[in-house]
Amino acid sequence: MNRIKQLFQDKKDILSIYYTAGYPNLGDTVPILETLEKSGADLVEIGIPFSDPLADGPTIQHSGETALKNGMSLNVLFEQLAEVRSKVKMPLILMGYINTVHKYGIEAFAEKCNEVGVDGVILPDLPFQVYLDEYKDTFDKFGVSNIFLITPQTPDARIKLIDEKTNGFIYMVSSASVTGAKKGLSDEQLAYFDRVNQLNLDNPALIGFGIGDNASYKETCKFADGAIIGSAFVKLLGESGDLHQNIQSFIKSIKG
Amino acid sequence: MEKVDKALLDASVMPDKNGFFGEYGGRFVPPMLEPLMQEITDAYQKIKDDPVFKEELLYLQKHYTGRPSPLFYAKNLTNKLGGAKIYLKREDLNHTGAHKINHCLGEALLAKKMGKKKLIAETGAGQHGVALATAAALVGLECDIYMGEVDIKKEHPNVVRMGILGAKVIPATHGLKTLKEAVDAAFEAYLKDPVNQLYAIGSVVGPHPFPMMVRDFQSIVGVEAKEQILEAEGKAPDNVVACVGGGSNAIGIFSAFLDDESVKIHGIEPAGTSFKTGEHAATLSLGKPGMIHGFKCYLLQDENGEPAPVNTVASGLDYPGVGPQHSYLKDIKRVNYDSITDKEAIDAFFELSRYEGIIPALESAHAVAYAIKIAADLPKDQTIVVNLSGRGDKDIDYVVEKYGNDYGL
Repeated sequence: MNRIKQLFQDKKDILSIYYTAGYPNLGDTVPILETLEKSGADLVEIGIPFSDPLADGPTIQHSGETALKNGMSLNVLFEQLAEVRSKVKMPLILMGYINTVHKYGIEAFAEKCNEVGVDGVILPDLPFQVYLDEYKDTFDKFGVSNIFLITPQTPDARIKLIDEKTNGFIYMVSSASVTGAKKGLSDEQLAYFDRVNQLNLDNPALIGFGIGDNASYKETCKFADGAIIGSAFVKLLGESGDLHQNIQSFIKSIKG
Repeated sequence: MEKVDKALLDASVMPDKNGFFGEYGGRFVPPMLEPLMQEITDAYQKIKDDPVFKEELLYLQKHYTGRPSPLFYAKNLTNKLGGAKIYLKREDLNHTGAHKINHCLGEALLAKKMGKKKLIAETGAGQHGVALATAAALVGLECDIYMGEVDIKKEHPNVVRMGILGAKVIPATHGLKTLKEAVDAAFEAYLKDPVNQLYAIGSVVGPHPFPMMVRDFQSIVGVEAKEQILEAEGKAPDNVVACVGGGSNAIGIFSAFLDDESVKIHGIEPAGTSFKTGEHAATLSLGKPGMIHGFKCYLLQDENGEPAPVNTVASGLDYPGVGPQHSYLKDIKRVNYDSITDKEAIDAFFELSRYEGIIPALESAHAVAYAIKIAADLPKDQTIVVNLSGRGDKDIDYVVEKYGNDYGL
């Protein structure tokens, strides 16, 4: 059984953390990962920086810009992750924009993910139909899960199709905005969570966007298998003080 | 031109329903943007053949923009070069001074019909920004224009014009601070309030439906030019030339001639100061297929898939991507994509000014330069139609400061 499936079978209230590779410093990628696992994060999404990230708000945009200046690239990231499986056990997801992967080569990318032990990939700007037509077979061949984002505007039929054609989890974007948006759940969001739950999906679902403290994490976990924290964590990485100490306190405060 | 099914050049079947021109175009956007793009597509499909909308647009084109724009025979330049006859499609004479008003009026009317309160867009040289600010003022919408900090300094007169027209100019301060970053900033702002805003992208780029919709609004340029050259010469032109940044003016004039194989079509990109990375923006000449800003196209990019830095004397051509239809037309070899250096464009800028009394935009000067380059070697009974997409008023300070010495100023 793959690591993602195993995790969702074993645990509830999954805490997934997103951060940008190569930020704040180029060499921080793997040390941050180790600290996250030690601190109690269950799943990690490592962002591949891109200069024109249409889905990201200012915090993650800024981290990406810094990471690119630091010299981060997909090649460098795979080098850094070469020995990662001797260091961490939790499922690892890479999240990036389609052009980076397209340029690297789909087959080479999927093969490399498999080789270093990356379990899944999130490419938010990859259209689902293009994925089905051109990408799915390759990722399947190398056993790499593709995770797709859904929003309050995604129709039921599309959600069901994503559920049917992918295995990993469903990434529920809690509002139709860019990352790092406001906190607190609205009636529309509650209706959306309810709608998704009533679809009885095979895949587990995580909710992301706008979660950054214990209250929002706990609240979100009521409606899905767990929560994803991105901007709030990336913001923390940019703060002064001991990086690893900061991470530990942050995860502790989220889990409560 | 390779044997291509003519139907594939027909605007009614290109792009396909998912917005693809062959493998290019589409909608490579995060799912937050997807329904917004579909909303615009549906709204556009609904009104584009609506007689009321068409009549409204036609009225504005005629009485506001001043269409049809003339087709002017550049006799002095032609005689000097001694070859093919050069005709200029005078989009520079449109209200606001460039072709951009053609699609901005369409987009503003669409926004109004959709019940939006504000138009937002990016701008490079400021031409699209000015045209959109103008259209917004006319139809009664607010307007925010995102512009790279570098371009704001370079294109001062247009920044002032946008302000006078009531638009807010918001600087894009990341990366190279030019057009690409302005697009990023506009998308980000759009996602913050998609209910009240409409993103009116400035060229035939971006996710579906923009490459199709902007092309449709620009196609009037080609329709008029075709009729005008027929009237003047009694035959179709032998050559059609336009500059290509994103490619809106080019697709506008090309679209009327694509199905006539006797017409050679030339799309001219900026070669900048050299073909070294970062010193040009010759996307179709040197790029490789990739995805940027929600669509697939030829893209100048580094080995890691990062969009490459670009540079040209013409801010409006300063973009590492290019319209998906141009990408397709390159692959099927229907259009010859070539490039012109900064130096050649500046020469053409002065040459057209001094031989014909027309100061072209630096963008359009690239097309003029190419016509100058090929005219002398073509027989006198042949014709070249150049899309003079904009006037050069915005460029005069920059040109004189940087190049004036070489031209006695």
